[in-house]
Amino acid sequence: MVIYMEYKITLKDELDTIELAQNLESEKFPNMIICLNGELGSGKTVFTKAFASSLGITDTITSPTFSIIKEYNGELPLYHMDVYRLDGNTSGVNIEDYFTKGGIVVIEWADTIKDILPKERLDIKFKVLDENKRVLVITPHGKQYEELCEAVL
Amino acid sequence: MKILAIESSCDETSMSVIEDGHIDLGTVILSQIDIHKLYGGVVPEIASRSHVESVTVVLEETLNKANVTMDEIDAIAVTYGPGLIGSLLVGLIAAKTIAYIYNKPLIPVHHIAGHIYANNLVKKMEFPLIALVVSGGHTELIYMKENYNFEKIGGTLDDAVGECYDKVARVLGLPYPGGPSIDKLSKEGKDTYKLPLPLNDDSYDFSFSGIKSAVINLVHNEEQRGNVIRKEDLACSFQNKVVEILTKKTIKALKEYHVKNLVVAGGVAANSAIRKSLEEECIKNSFDLTVPPILYCTDNAAMIGAAGFFAYQKGIRADLNLNAKANCNLEDLL
Repeated sequence: MVIYMEYKITLKDELDTIELAQNLESEKFPNMIICLNGELGSGKTVFTKAFASSLGITDTITSPTFSIIKEYNGELPLYHMDVYRLDGNTSGVNIEDYFTKGGIVVIEWADTIKDILPKERLDIKFKVLDENKRVLVITPHGKQYEELCEAVL
Repeated sequence: MKILAIESSCDETSMSVIEDGHIDLGTVILSQIDIHKLYGGVVPEIASRSHVESVTVVLEETLNKANVTMDEIDAIAVTYGPGLIGSLLVGLIAAKTIAYIYNKPLIPVHHIAGHIYANNLVKKMEFPLIALVVSGGHTELIYMKENYNFEKIGGTLDDAVGECYDKVARVLGLPYPGGPSIDKLSKEGKDTYKLPLPLNDDSYDFSFSGIKSAVINLVHNEEQRGNVIRKEDLACSFQNKVVEILTKKTIKALKEYHVKNLVVAGGVAANSAIRKSLEEECIKNSFDLTVPPILYCTDNAAMIGAAGFFAYQKGIRADLNLNAKANCNLEDLL
């Protein structure tokens, strides 16, 4: 049995979410995979917007819910995905291609495509406490992500 | 001039033959469901979007329907973006291949330009105009001074209208897509829940993630208090706010840009409350409103053929190096 390290963080408001995203971005590396899970309105897109702005992306980050994948150019390319609408059916969308393109991949509702996710990745689960407060459970998978968490969290 | 148009930016593969930018000689839209029907059941390899066979089937069907041969086609128009790269490439490679084999000019068309030009299939577009583009993935206000000249004056900062409807529908336990479900249910309800008017400012931008969160919080709070949510009333309250802000900013744009013509584009144009509200305001202000029929509102190649004609007249061409773009600006004409 593999026991994963887990970090639990309480965020008091949206600004805390933004700060966390900025801190994670500062330790970025090519082919970094960040998987976001949590109910609607829990802060997944807020996190991604902050991450993107730290990456130097000036385009407005809009929701990829309908289009599934949106691509942006920053210090590294950002591939922002929302796989909810696929309902687990990833055939033909070529999501796996993005894992090795040298950019950063942020996947919302990643739990719905668990089968194709790379073994090494960062999982972030958003839990809603009230209108503003969130608890984040952050689980690094693989050495690179464990080191990232140790550096930032 | 007859243009063979190809669109494959998202869920559908579609081809069409359009004459002079406004006559639809024949359009075929092949959805995943049709592909399954065609082959008698679900065949995984065929369901795969990248399968070349669906393209050749749609091409044959389109030429048959339009009753033209490839010799009679003057140019090929194709959506190069924005969209899913994998999906876009299917149409793009088909277009490049056809253009190469039959030696026809290739016209690159932006997906949103296509949505706007769907209106030309209904009625000759008069300029200047304001286009409100509302679809699953887009919410934009575009100012067009003249034919094939686009200026984006505003857009969503987060969710598109369609996405917001889908997410609120998820919260209310209504079926996908959320637009028609909420539109239908709201007719049985009253505007009783207090929700914010999203991004009610002087800009032409929209933001729908706030109202989505407001609905979620309202549902949570009511549940915690043990109150039952009146879904029809919440659907109505939500829709009213969305319609109010869309109408307000669109009409403001028409007034401030001194424009008399409004065209609506995209799948959400089918929403009855949005249509009604815009119709009322346009009558009140003597603006001329055009909304395409549903078939031309959702993704289709006919609109690409219509836009392609005007792109061609403007001298826009691509060579065989044309590449698909997941993200691209409407203003940066190729």
